[in-house]
Amino acid sequence: MFELEDRWLRETYVDCLIEYAKKDPRIVILEADLSNAGGTKRFTAEFKGTRTIDCGIQEANMIGVAAGMNAMGKIPFTHTFTPFATRRCCDQVTLSVSYAGLNVKMMGSDPGVTAEMNGGTHMSFEDVSIMRNIPGMVIFEPVDSAQLKAVFPQILDHDGPVYIRLLRRNAVKIWEDGESFTLGKGKKLRDGQDVSIFASGIEVTEAMKAAEELEKQGIEADVINIHTVKPLDTDMVLESAGKTGAVVTAENHSIIGGLGSAVAETLIENHPVPMKRVGVTDHFGEVGKTDYLMDKYGLRAKDIVNAAKLAIGMK
Amino acid sequence: MDKYRDLQKKAMTIRELTMKTIGHRGFGHIGGSLDLAEVMSVLYFDAMRVDPKNPDWEDRDRFVLSKGHGGPAVYATLALKGYFPESELMTLNQPGTHLPSHCDRKLTTGIDMSTGSLGQGFSTAVGMALAAKMDRRDIRVYSIIGDGESQEGQIWEAALLGASRKLDNLIAFTDYNKMQIDGTIEEINGLYPLDEKWKSFNWHVQAVDGHDCRAISLAIDNAKKIQGRPHMIILNTIKGKGASHWENKVSCHNDNNITEELTRQALEEMKEAEKDV
Repeated sequence: MFELEDRWLRETYVDCLIEYAKKDPRIVILEADLSNAGGTKRFTAEFKGTRTIDCGIQEANMIGVAAGMNAMGKIPFTHTFTPFATRRCCDQVTLSVSYAGLNVKMMGSDPGVTAEMNGGTHMSFEDVSIMRNIPGMVIFEPVDSAQLKAVFPQILDHDGPVYIRLLRRNAVKIWEDGESFTLGKGKKLRDGQDVSIFASGIEVTEAMKAAEELEKQGIEADVINIHTVKPLDTDMVLESAGKTGAVVTAENHSIIGGLGSAVAETLIENHPVPMKRVGVTDHFGEVGKTDYLMDKYGLRAKDIVNAAKLAIGMK
Repeated sequence: MDKYRDLQKKAMTIRELTMKTIGHRGFGHIGGSLDLAEVMSVLYFDAMRVDPKNPDWEDRDRFVLSKGHGGPAVYATLALKGYFPESELMTLNQPGTHLPSHCDRKLTTGIDMSTGSLGQGFSTAVGMALAAKMDRRDIRVYSIIGDGESQEGQIWEAALLGASRKLDNLIAFTDYNKMQIDGTIEEINGLYPLDEKWKSFNWHVQAVDGHDCRAISLAIDNAKKIQGRPHMIILNTIKGKGASHWENKVSCHNDNNITEELTRQALEEMKEAEKDV
């Protein structure tokens, strides 16, 4: 249970890029001097450099160039680290891509605490919040390789911008290969009657561990993997919250503006129930291994257990 | 009629239509719109391969007005070219219009890119030229940036990449009227020597009188012959050209009090100037 996959998630991403680029000549990739980190040199070699634009260190220009390439019929996939894919080029993503009605797929790697030793400057706790505010933006954070492989063609087919928040290293295996997923739809991991736990990214594992602990204490948790934070699967949120009457969200992100906010907004307007958000509470990041940072920012299963009991206590 | 004389006449018509468009609404970016008339005339009636009856034609040349606030001059040009009726110009900035202050590819027939946040359009023009080159398509991309806009770092990011990728299918212009909202360019954050800057970025650089259609047209012809480098044609222009109330005045960037009388006077001056063409 909770075993790491044997390949980095970025390798699956690049597998997908290569597989679909062979079938679809419109696909090109753009890098901003991070093709080693993105693992995309394999893509570049496969197509002999003809479908790669490495812009060098200019993320804002990269997004604009990608927008222009899409206006000419290309489907560009850009990459840089999550903070530079969002806050660094927020205006370019907003106007040159989304406002202009263009279709650029933007992969941001090393979300939240997984930026590890690059520390605070590279550690984005606000990227989902920024992207959620851009009209038309779809935000997808795959939890493992099976999910990424299943959703990738849907991202490609979606005629609009998508932010792919991608863990680069080994993901914990959550889903079996061949499992079906729909962009924009949550996926139930576990059934329970007492509390709903909505989790994304690396917090899915913590949510499952929390559910096991809660079970020992006689509490049955409904656990749902929200891989698409926008558009949020509001039907599933309301259905589960309607059943359990208490909600916890868990995300490797600030509790301001991310999954927790999206779920809270849905609940407060439709079916208010007690709710607690597990995530980073208005802090910058810092250097450290993922384990250390998850402890420090309260992203652990025990934090979800405590939050669940508090939410249930408020019923 | 002599080709260049015809282009100069068309420029006068574009300037008058731009004046009527902004004047009808009573406010707008008058200075940096009026000064574009000549380059717009040369682009749409000489240099560019476009078809107003088939605005989405895939093999058309592309145009990006990176200084998106000059939209009214582009709308006047597109109307004159036949993309939409001239009467539509009078809807500028009216509720629900297809003609907003800044260019919008989703709203306006014939507009290739949405612009307005300065520096961004130029990157998209580089992207268009790159995509065309990648597929060996015979398409040129034309783009106009502002001189004030050239204070944006993104302009120089795009300039680096354009030269690095040898985008000789990209022909860019700087509307060098030497003014910005808060003062003259040199007072605020100088660009001098602008031509040397572009040369040092490895662009093929020419500087011409931005109100001389012949000079602009010949510069484009010249650019088309030079391979391996993107092209910057610096247009020495006069902000607010053709209307004495605004001409060469820093305050002409945006005017919120354009009366019918001011519009009438300006149009009279333009009619008078047309006689000299």
